[in-house]
Amino acid sequence: MNEKYLPLAATIVVFVALFAIGGILYNNFVSTLVFGDLLADNAFVIIAAIGTTFVIISGGIDLSIGSMIGFVGVVMANLDVVGWHPLVSGGMMLVFGLVYGALVGLVIDFCDIQPFIVTLAGLFLLRGSCFMINLDAVPIRHDFVQDFAAASIPLPGEGELHSSAIVMLIALAAAIFIGHFTRFGANIYAIGGDRTSAALMGVPMRRTMMGIYAMGGFYSALGGVIYALYTSSGYPLAGTGNELTAIASVVLGGTLLTGGVGLVAGTLFGGLIFGLIATLINFNGSLNGAWIMIVGGVLLFLFIVLQRFLVGSFRLRSAA
Amino acid sequence: MHLVKLLSGAAVGAALLVAGSPAMAVTIGFSQVGDEGDWRPAWSKDMQEEAKKEGIDLKYADAQGKEEEQIKAVRAFIAQKVDAIIIAPVVVTGWDAVLDEAKKAGIPVFLADRDVDVKDKSLFVTRISADFNLEGRLAGAWTAQATKGQANVVEEQGTVGAAPAIERKKGFEAVTANFPDIKIVKTQSGDFTTDGGKKVMEAFIKSTDNLKGINVSFAHNDNMQLGAIQAMKEAGLKPGHDVLMVSVDYVPAMKEALAAGDANASVELRSAIGKYIYPVVLQYLKDKKELPKWVKIPSDLHTAATPLD
Repeated sequence: MNEKYLPLAATIVVFVALFAIGGILYNNFVSTLVFGDLLADNAFVIIAAIGTTFVIISGGIDLSIGSMIGFVGVVMANLDVVGWHPLVSGGMMLVFGLVYGALVGLVIDFCDIQPFIVTLAGLFLLRGSCFMINLDAVPIRHDFVQDFAAASIPLPGEGELHSSAIVMLIALAAAIFIGHFTRFGANIYAIGGDRTSAALMGVPMRRTMMGIYAMGGFYSALGGVIYALYTSSGYPLAGTGNELTAIASVVLGGTLLTGGVGLVAGTLFGGLIFGLIATLINFNGSLNGAWIMIVGGVLLFLFIVLQRFLVGSFRLRSAA
Repeated sequence: MHLVKLLSGAAVGAALLVAGSPAMAVTIGFSQVGDEGDWRPAWSKDMQEEAKKEGIDLKYADAQGKEEEQIKAVRAFIAQKVDAIIIAPVVVTGWDAVLDEAKKAGIPVFLADRDVDVKDKSLFVTRISADFNLEGRLAGAWTAQATKGQANVVEEQGTVGAAPAIERKKGFEAVTANFPDIKIVKTQSGDFTTDGGKKVMEAFIKSTDNLKGINVSFAHNDNMQLGAIQAMKEAGLKPGHDVLMVSVDYVPAMKEALAAGDANASVELRSAIGKYIYPVVLQYLKDKKELPKWVKIPSDLHTAATPLD
């Protein structure tokens, strides 16, 4: 097996092991119902994390994801009140995410500022805008929301592949194509691997940086649209802390925070692992919600140590 | 492809393990908001203890204040085929889809504490909670009686737009409106916090020349009232004597303040409400009889004369 697939393999092993543990401990755990719910319930954060994967592969970071999710929902809910179709307002928010991300990329490249601080500013800016618009949860009452929630492909057994999960899988397929089969994708890896050499080899820096963060913005806005449809409301506190879940999902999926190494598909499993931990704790029914974070933290820690070890012994960077 | 094989392998293993496990007692899933403040953790603990007493297998899920975690928890309850689900909602919106899934699975849903905003009210059986309006009315009635209908009131409101703040204010005013000489002179939001209550009272003290003519302080919760007591003491006033102090919640610190004579009355927002909630759920599981959409939990007023328990 190619060495670059090792972290992904480790992630999948953990995912399957967690699923098996659930099956051994609890009735009705290993079922398409639980699996379908798992995909649907975590779709929004995984979609956002897919965008973050590109950002992290390029050696950057995006902290404004959670705020973007909240902001998209609040705007969509308020546009719903004045009669906009959710598809129209959602489409508009996707364009907004794209433009917002491109601007962030431009600022990072043009002013040569750390992505950390630029996107942190974005976090405050977008969350503040949520509170400016309204403080309470606003329902989205358009019939389309019900239709979207009801749309699903039945799985064998009682489970369903919900519409949000379908959107997530399509978004993932598109990201895999962009990341691994286009020149733009190759440029992202090149910048993350060694920025200076990439520039010397003629990678268009500004255009690529803008493209990377535009993708990040687009995917987090798409996550926000799915979240708004999923909860059929806009809530100014929605998505708080999701940027960290997204980053953690990317890292659990085998992407190196130092950039240059990683697979988009890994993020899917990284996000599903977090979802699975939550499901396990809910099935247990006597553990405090804090355990979700504790177990997630321990797993994350083990994975960075594992990655360190893999990088040291297999020269993962050159293999990628 | 390995994944599929492993998954199906795990499925077979699990099926073998769980086959023939005995039927359990009534299983109830309870999705709680989180553990903020004093009241909510006390309530969660009571729910777990009361469940033990009733012989209920309680599945408890803490949503950490996040709506998506709460939806996950409810879906997990549905997958586990629990007998009933109790939800203390994080927010009022966004419940149609998941409650519909519960309905399709034939699992009755009960709400505790906050309400939900759903198109189809048949998606939940009933809401079991305290009546904030009644709490306000009790406080109003006490004020009217204690002052013989002669009161100039300063009011520390809860968070603007929050249901308890709105309803407690409405209830209080509904009663005091019957007394022409009871007036709310000043009213401001202290955000339900001790710090907020203190700041509001400091502002009241300044703007009314050391609470001249004021004889009642009504706070929408105890924390704000405790802050107000602090502010009054710092200004050299005697809370509980110069000004009558009435609030809602009856938290432990308020019990002490009542005993010390710094406060005069507090309406209890019960945290030990498992004994009101479970019987409703269990009865419904037995006879499936339609219930009113709101089952109210009684309130209780404690005054300084009420001994500490």
